[in-house]
Amino acid sequence: MQQPGRAAEIKAIGIGKSFGSFRALDDLTLDIGRGEFLTLLGPSGSGKTTFLMILAGFIQPTDGRLYSDGVDITERPAEQRAAGMVFQGYALFPHMSVEANIAFPLKVRKKSAAEIKRRVGEMIERVGLKGHEKKLPSQLSGGQQQRVALARALVFEPGVLLLDEPFSALDKGLRGQMQAEMKRLHQETGTTFVFVTHDQSEALALSSRVAIFNHGKLLQVGAPDEVYDRPDNRFVAEFLGEINMLPLKGVRPADNGSTGLCEDRAISMRCKAEKVRGDAILAIRPEYMSIAREAAAGENGIAATAVASTYLGAATRLDLTTRQGAKVTVSVPNEVAASALSKGNSVWLTWPAEKGFLLPDGGQ
Amino acid sequence: MRAHLSDRIGAALLMAPLLLFLVLAYAWPFLGVVKWSFTLPTPGLGQYNALLTDQLVQSVFIRTLRIAAIVTIVSVAAAYAITVVWVRGTPVQRVVAEFCILVPFWISVLTRAFGWVALLSNRGLINTWLQAVGFISEPLALVRNEFGVIVGMTHFLIPFAVFPLASSMRSLDDRVLLAARGLGSSRMRTFWSVFVPMTRSGIIGSALIVFVFSLGFFVTPAILGGGRSVMIAELIYLRIFQSPDWGLGAAISVVLVLFVGALMALLFRYIRPKQLV
Repeated sequence: MQQPGRAAEIKAIGIGKSFGSFRALDDLTLDIGRGEFLTLLGPSGSGKTTFLMILAGFIQPTDGRLYSDGVDITERPAEQRAAGMVFQGYALFPHMSVEANIAFPLKVRKKSAAEIKRRVGEMIERVGLKGHEKKLPSQLSGGQQQRVALARALVFEPGVLLLDEPFSALDKGLRGQMQAEMKRLHQETGTTFVFVTHDQSEALALSSRVAIFNHGKLLQVGAPDEVYDRPDNRFVAEFLGEINMLPLKGVRPADNGSTGLCEDRAISMRCKAEKVRGDAILAIRPEYMSIAREAAAGENGIAATAVASTYLGAATRLDLTTRQGAKVTVSVPNEVAASALSKGNSVWLTWPAEKGFLLPDGGQ
Repeated sequence: MRAHLSDRIGAALLMAPLLLFLVLAYAWPFLGVVKWSFTLPTPGLGQYNALLTDQLVQSVFIRTLRIAAIVTIVSVAAAYAITVVWVRGTPVQRVVAEFCILVPFWISVLTRAFGWVALLSNRGLINTWLQAVGFISEPLALVRNEFGVIVGMTHFLIPFAVFPLASSMRSLDDRVLLAARGLGSSRMRTFWSVFVPMTRSGIIGSALIVFVFSLGFFVTPAILGGGRSVMIAELIYLRIFQSPDWGLGAAISVVLVLFVGALMALLFRYIRPKQLV
């Protein structure tokens, strides 16, 4: 693009939306940085799409204010916001050729014919649709339609690109390809991307930050490794991937983190016991846990019995039960599993102190 | 996708009674009409030759086409507006629109034609009011002319124009309209450059139905035209029942049927029949 459009900076303050008595979105406050790739992640009905529609201007919030580059745009109609948008199912104009679809936002902005031709040409090249200019959307494959939708939403250099589950209709292989392509487009255009998905691996792979929603509330925002490794609450911990949870007693601060008792063994953690005291839950991702035949001194660990072992090719997945009946799953290299299980099912579960984190006991 | 043979046999069986009825009640008698056109009063192509030279027949043909074209444009435009309200309006608007569309179906074509006479005639409601208010001193010629015929026919045909339009508007994906607005298009522009083109098949279907109906109109032009704005169906009636010129009446009928058939064939080439309903 000749003159890259300025990426927008968005500030949402106390945004809420009710549909009748249903509270779709509640008290959402969020800053979206210039040029960042923010993913809104959550199950269906969590409010993530409602927030995207509020950003686009298709839905008016019941409460709160929305600012773009410091300007209040809460009441501004969609057609004046100029956010690029890619819809679920693409929403291409079926009666227009690929070229005409991409030219539409420029025509609406009354650009000269020469400029339209040049920019549409560049965009077609950029998304790899050369040779398909004259085709109708119905003559294209899903991936190609997706490219047209992206090109159409980016051609007028919007400050922000909004994407509503754009890959949900694509098969797995194509999905990965389009994800890579989108990442490239984000880097090339420098525009702010806001992306809605319910697929956590997609969210972690693509974004600079992830915002996790549930029941109309924003639960946590952070970089992918931050929300994955240090979730604020149980919902976030479970939604982002498999997680083992062990009950802890007597949690208190210690040098270098915190400490507590798990099945009568002292456990140390790097995280601070700020929000939790006394009883809590220790959460550890399966890939961070390992097993051994014997306990090693000074290491976090508890005794467990393996109940099932599943060979996954690259690793072995073991299902275990602790003495007090907590269920744990670990994923370990095949030879580790083989040697640990060589003399019976009783093993020793271990994990590094920095990989365990604390969640409040019970509830969310 | 190709239907299974058994499905096709099933479909054929379901259609058979209707086809049989049409053959017995329509196609067979029509063959008789075709025969008359070549045999009455003397065998040969005399009647078709007369059609080419008869000024009256030609002027009626041209008037019929003109009226049908105007009625089609006005009906489809009016029906489009009503259908937009019916399909996309608020719940209250929908009920009102539905009422406006369905009520005319419950009143016979004859009653409606006389209703228009009562409204439009020299001493009818509209002229009496306009004179009473002082807008006009002489009554306007609103009926017993082409204007009256067009008004009556348009009123009759609007509900028929609504259904193909409604089905094309219902199948339209709302997100496409949202997309247009999100890309910066005003409501007006979205309507004209996205909504209307996307309902094209409905517009064509609706225009086809109205135009074909218009060509064969009899009661409305006979009453509202008052003998001064004769359309083709009335001319056929006159040739058969009043001046016993069965051969010419039959020849006009054959030409009309062929014309409508050609029109349908042409349009079916461009749109699939299923898009009509």
